[in-house]
Amino acid sequence: MTNQIPLVDYLVLGDEPHLVANECTACGARFFDRRNACASCSGTEFAKAAIDTTGVVKAFTIVSFAAPGVPVPFVAGFVDCGGTSVRGNIVNVEPDDQHVTLGMPVRLTTSVMGTDEAGTEAVTFGFEPIDPTEGEAAA
Amino acid sequence: MSDPVWILGIHMTKFGKHPDLDTVDLAAEAALGALADGGVTMAQMGVLAAGNLMGAAAGIGQQLQKQIGQTGIPVYNVTNACATGATALRTAIMAVKAGEADYGLAVGVEKLSGAGLLSGGARRPDSDTWQPSGRYGSVAPVDGRIGTEIMPGVFAQIGMEYGHKYGGTSFELFARISEKNHAHSVLNPLAAYTKKMSLEQIMGDVMIAYPNTRPMCSANCDGAAAAVVVSDAVLKTLSLEQQRRAVKVSASVLTSDPYTEGCQVLPDVNTLTRNAAATAYEQAGIGPEDLDLVELHDCFATAELVHYDNLGLCEPGGAVDLFNSGATWRDGAMPVNVSGGLESKGHPIAATGIANIWEVCHHLRGEAGDRQIEGAKVGLAHVIGLGSACGVHILEKSAA
Repeated sequence: MTNQIPLVDYLVLGDEPHLVANECTACGARFFDRRNACASCSGTEFAKAAIDTTGVVKAFTIVSFAAPGVPVPFVAGFVDCGGTSVRGNIVNVEPDDQHVTLGMPVRLTTSVMGTDEAGTEAVTFGFEPIDPTEGEAAA
Repeated sequence: MSDPVWILGIHMTKFGKHPDLDTVDLAAEAALGALADGGVTMAQMGVLAAGNLMGAAAGIGQQLQKQIGQTGIPVYNVTNACATGATALRTAIMAVKAGEADYGLAVGVEKLSGAGLLSGGARRPDSDTWQPSGRYGSVAPVDGRIGTEIMPGVFAQIGMEYGHKYGGTSFELFARISEKNHAHSVLNPLAAYTKKMSLEQIMGDVMIAYPNTRPMCSANCDGAAAAVVVSDAVLKTLSLEQQRRAVKVSASVLTSDPYTEGCQVLPDVNTLTRNAAATAYEQAGIGPEDLDLVELHDCFATAELVHYDNLGLCEPGGAVDLFNSGATWRDGAMPVNVSGGLESKGHPIAATGIANIWEVCHHLRGEAGDRQIEGAKVGLAHVIGLGSACGVHILEKSAA
C-alpha cells in the first residue's frame, strides 16, 4: 500500500479519517496546534480529543483572488463540528452562493494533494455537503 | 478619577499616492503639522511614540527625530498591526497621564500604494520530500488548502458568521455599506478615493473574496497622521484659543483578544472590541446614544456591520436593522465613517488609528467644512489590528 502522510498532524488518516485536537485537561479548550500552555486557563496538561466528522458551515468565503500559486476559486469555511470550530475548505461543491450556504450540513472528507520523490502521498482534508436526501433510502 | 488628557494639535496628510515622499517625509509632514496645529514645538515634547508597521525594524521614531528635532526624549516605536496608530497615541497618553511628560507626540505612517494582498504571501512550491514542520506539523503550505489567510477572506467570514448567527445579511447588504462609505468620501478632500459608486458598480466590480469585491476592501495607500497630547494642568496655562480647540480624551482604551472558542481558527474581532467599548463608555461616563459620530474600522464592508453591534450602536443582533434604518449615513441618527472609511479614505495601516481621531476632532472643533456633522460634541474612534489589538478612543468637544 502507498505510504501516506497528512498535510497537518491533526489530521488522522486510516479507515475513518478524523481530526484530533489537544484538549486542555483542566478547562476543555481545544487546540489544533502545539501549545506551551492553555490560552484559556494556562493549564499545562493536554489530552488528545477526536473531533466530530460532521458539522455545519457557520461562515464561508469564496476566494477569487489569492496569493500567487494558490489556485482559485475555492471556498474557505468555518465549520462547527459538534461545538468545536474547525477551519477547512468546502469541497465537492460548485463554488458559488447558490450551492454553498450558511448553516449547510457538511462532513469531513480527504483527498491526495500530491506525491513526493519517495512516493509518499500527502493527504489533505476538506468538508463536503451532506446530501439531504442521502439518509432517506436507509430510513 | 484622574485629570483628563487633551489633544492639543492633530494633523493628517492627504491619503493616496505620494511617489515623491518617503516614509520619513510623510511622518515629518504629519508631526510638524500637529505641532503647528497645537501651537507648540518639538522642544516642548516630553515623549514620542511612533509606528510604521512595514518598516518596524527601522525605528521610525528616531528617523523622524533626525528630520524634525533630535531632542533626546524617550522614543517608543510601537507596532500592533492595524491598531499601530492607536497604540502610539495611547502610549503618549499614558506617559502624560502618568505624569512623566507634560506633552507627548504620537505619529503613525505607512507607504502602501500598490501593495496588493498583505497576507498569505506567494505560495512556495511543495517540497520534494514531505517533512512535517511548525506547530501544526504541516508538510506543505496550508493557505488555500485549509481555508484562507488573506484578509479579505478572513473578514468576509467574520461578516458571514454574523449573518449565520442573526440572519439578514446578503451580498447586497454588505455592498450597500460600501456604497455609503464611498458616498461619504466625496466630501473628504484628504481621502484617497472620492468617487461615489453605485450599488451596481460595487457589486459588479472584481470579486476578491465573496462577499467582498474590490471597492468593499480597504484601499492600500500612503499617508501619515500625528497628534500632540497635553496634560490638563498644562492646558490650563495655555491660550484661550488653544483651550477652545483642544479636544478632551474622555476614554483611551487598548485591549487584546481574550480566549474564545473558535478564535484559533477564525480571529474573534468581536469580544475584544466589545470589551474595549464597555471600558471606554465607563471611562467617559457616557453611552453609545450620546455619540454624534463614529469612525470605526471598516477594513472590509463585512467588518463594518459587526462593529455596529460590538460598539453597542445597536442591540445585540441588531446591526442589519440599524444599517437598514439609514442611521449610519451622514444624515442619520448615528453617522458612521463620514470620512469615507478605510474603503475610500484609505488604510495606510499605522496612520489609520490616528487619522480616525483627526476626523472626529475635526468635527468636534467645527472645522470639518462641507462634511461637518452639525453640533457634534462627542465622537468615538475604533481600530482593530488582527492578532489582535483593539483601540477605542472617545473624544469630547472642549467646554472652553
